[in-house]
Amino acid sequence: MILRYLARRLFLLGFVFVALTIFVFSLNYLFPGDLVSNLTGLRDITPEQHQQLQHTLGLDQSLWQQYIEYNRRLLAGDWGLSFANQQSVLHEIGRVLPATLELASYALCLSLMVGIPLGLLAAVKKDSVLDKLISGLALIGYSMPVFWLALVCIMLFSLQLGWLPTSGRLGVLFEVPAQTGFVFIDILLTPAIDRSAAAYNALLHLALPTLILASYPTNVMIRFVRQSMLEVLEQNYIKTARAKGLSRAQVLYRHGLRNALLPVTRQVGLQFSTLITLAMLTEVIFSWPGIGQWLIDSIYQRNYPAIQAGLLVVSSLVICVNMLTEILHTLFNPLARKL
Amino acid sequence: MNSTQSRLGSLSLVLWLAACQPATSTDSINGLVYCAEGSPETFNPQLVTSGTTIDAISQHLYDRLLDIDPSSGALKPALAHSWQVSADGLSYRFKLRHDVQFHHTTYFSPTRALNAEDVTFTFNRMLLVDHPFFQTATEYPYFDSIEWRQRIQSVTALSSDEVEFRLNQPDSSFLSVLATDFAAILSAEYGQTLVQSNQKAHLDLLPIGTGPFMFREYQKDVLIRYYRHPAYWREHGSLEQLVIDIVPDNTKRLAKLLTQECDVAPIPRLAELQMLSNRADFRVDQQTSMNVGFWAFNTQKAPFNQVKVRQALSLAINKPNILQAVYFGQAEEATSVLPPNSWAYRKETSTDSFNPEKARQLLKEAGYPNGFNLDIWAMPVQRMYNPNAQKMAELIQADLRVIGVRARIVSYEWNTFRRKLGQGEHDSVLIGWSADNADPDNFLRPLLSCAAAVSGSNRANWCDEHFDQFIASALQTTDVPQRRSYYLAAQQYLQEQMPLVPIAHSKRFQVKNSRVQGVSINPYGGISFVHAGKTP
Repeated sequence: MILRYLARRLFLLGFVFVALTIFVFSLNYLFPGDLVSNLTGLRDITPEQHQQLQHTLGLDQSLWQQYIEYNRRLLAGDWGLSFANQQSVLHEIGRVLPATLELASYALCLSLMVGIPLGLLAAVKKDSVLDKLISGLALIGYSMPVFWLALVCIMLFSLQLGWLPTSGRLGVLFEVPAQTGFVFIDILLTPAIDRSAAAYNALLHLALPTLILASYPTNVMIRFVRQSMLEVLEQNYIKTARAKGLSRAQVLYRHGLRNALLPVTRQVGLQFSTLITLAMLTEVIFSWPGIGQWLIDSIYQRNYPAIQAGLLVVSSLVICVNMLTEILHTLFNPLARKL
Repeated sequence: MNSTQSRLGSLSLVLWLAACQPATSTDSINGLVYCAEGSPETFNPQLVTSGTTIDAISQHLYDRLLDIDPSSGALKPALAHSWQVSADGLSYRFKLRHDVQFHHTTYFSPTRALNAEDVTFTFNRMLLVDHPFFQTATEYPYFDSIEWRQRIQSVTALSSDEVEFRLNQPDSSFLSVLATDFAAILSAEYGQTLVQSNQKAHLDLLPIGTGPFMFREYQKDVLIRYYRHPAYWREHGSLEQLVIDIVPDNTKRLAKLLTQECDVAPIPRLAELQMLSNRADFRVDQQTSMNVGFWAFNTQKAPFNQVKVRQALSLAINKPNILQAVYFGQAEEATSVLPPNSWAYRKETSTDSFNPEKARQLLKEAGYPNGFNLDIWAMPVQRMYNPNAQKMAELIQADLRVIGVRARIVSYEWNTFRRKLGQGEHDSVLIGWSADNADPDNFLRPLLSCAAAVSGSNRANWCDEHFDQFIASALQTTDVPQRRSYYLAAQQYLQEQMPLVPIAHSKRFQVKNSRVQGVSINPYGGISFVHAGKTP
């Protein structure tokens, strides 16, 4: 049963990827400029090279063959060169993606850690002052644009109080070579520096972007968890459990929480694409060297190979996370498998 | 809920800890961060003229044969401890220091100290077609602009510590050229290593010099990292590390100054400067730069071929007003083409610079009692010497209306603009000039000589044999008081002829954290951190 479900999901995933690659592949034709240039990222191609490349790229064959050839190159890791610096695009992504993953995952963790308890609290104390306070704050937070919040926080914490830095991942005086791309791991791998000072510095750099990026998903989470918990508390099995003599805490913990949090797994997946979008904004504001800033720079520079690759990676990431949470949700909730 | 509390608790702990220290917490590192406006194009000053690149590389990585004393503008010994000029002014001999070491880095280990071979290697690169590195660069913009190949006959090593430059004709501005940031001395030994390993391009990308800092890493659009050169030959500040943080956005650079992520940064905007100069923890340095913004008349066209008309127009414009509105007071009023910190500057004694009444009188004498129509070409780009030519043109337009001259403002896209200027299609133009070295010749010759009228940089299309005589005579002699007298005479003559109206010399601003010491603006070129230090 579950295997069939997984197979069906994986089939769907494959189908989505085919659609995605077709779309990205067609961008080569839709972008202005030379097709060979767009595909390889090479600039100043001589006519002989052009001829040669047309052949190796399969451009003298049917569109279908070209598409197959394109996918073969993608799988082989040949994603072309960036117009901006003639470096391999895949290598560039390897450099910037960890920064985004780091930021997004910390923000997601923070939003879960803050959002779920507050949401539960608001639901349990429904209609109390506490509930109104939490719900009110969540609504305000939900309505505030992230770029505005970021600027206000920079004004307050960085410029007025001078507590937190405004940009980057680490003070520039710390020479930490990017080995994994994850700043704390890289610091651990660099014995030549004062590692505790560097880690502290990295933490300071992380604080504002994480807080800002977490604000939106946290507020969504609060509202969602509250709603979900309230629905569960209305269910008959909760009343039954109470009637059987379980204490309020026992009912909440054993029956309420599990069922209320089930939809949350799915919600995490749905929120992920919003999170990545907001991460791009946050990265630009805080000069965070992640894939969002890289992609936006690429757009400004009309760096077509980079735009394609960035699009492909970000979309794949969102699709995979969505699929993963979907599967997790189904694993925990047999009812969903029938869908 | 517990997890929430502990998370919030640890968060507030972080914030509380942060409050006790400045945000950067990099005090354990003895380093300085200079926030620059852009990435360098190369790491070899021979290949560029852009100020951003020069600021980021030149003074840190390299030394020159001679240096310019920033306060007096006089030449002083650097890698060359002494020099001799032959009586005919055609041969310059430099004696080199013996104690100058090149950078020892991960990619190159020098085996010897600086010698004459390095000097010939450096300058012959731009001179000899068969030099192994001649072809690796497409152009040497500064040296091409001063016609290096036409000026220099040969550069030869007489012994291991003596170099001779032979010139084709006497040229007293020659020494100033060697003192510019572009004349950095490279390592011949490094060049040979690169030829052997067939990595010639590295010469301009992975720099080896003799300067106070050595190259460590460069991430495009992110940062450049330098480390102290331990064997530097001069007295040296205490900095272990110098980072050029690349922050193109003006506002972000300001924010980084405030949070102490930057120690020193160029800040071009006035509003921000005022805010910063009111704070005790920052110091604002200013320096009049070696540049001039001017209004040039096309002297080949009527009525601008008449001296009286040109005089009248110059008397009609209200310069203090322009300085306020266009430069926001961040410039000095120009009375001569040369800025006041040039050693040949001639102070204008007459106070009669704005006098519409006299202007009208002069126009009447010239035969235009009812004025005339003219075009003012305003350049479409922002330059340090003229941040807003359009606005300046509007102010001048209003001033001219008072004396009955009807002005029309014209502008084109920058390339078209320069092309049409070169063809002499303009009546008058608002443009300017930035000098590359301290020599007065660098202003007068490219702007106003007959040769420049042919090559196109003389925007007034002014060709006057008296003037050419003055500046040519000045180049023939090396006696400074005598040169000065020629230049004073040339400026006096310009004041009478008025082929262009000098308007302003703009200032350059730099803001630094008051903990930083030993950094000051150099009017003749890039910023230097050789004596820089930071108090805790």
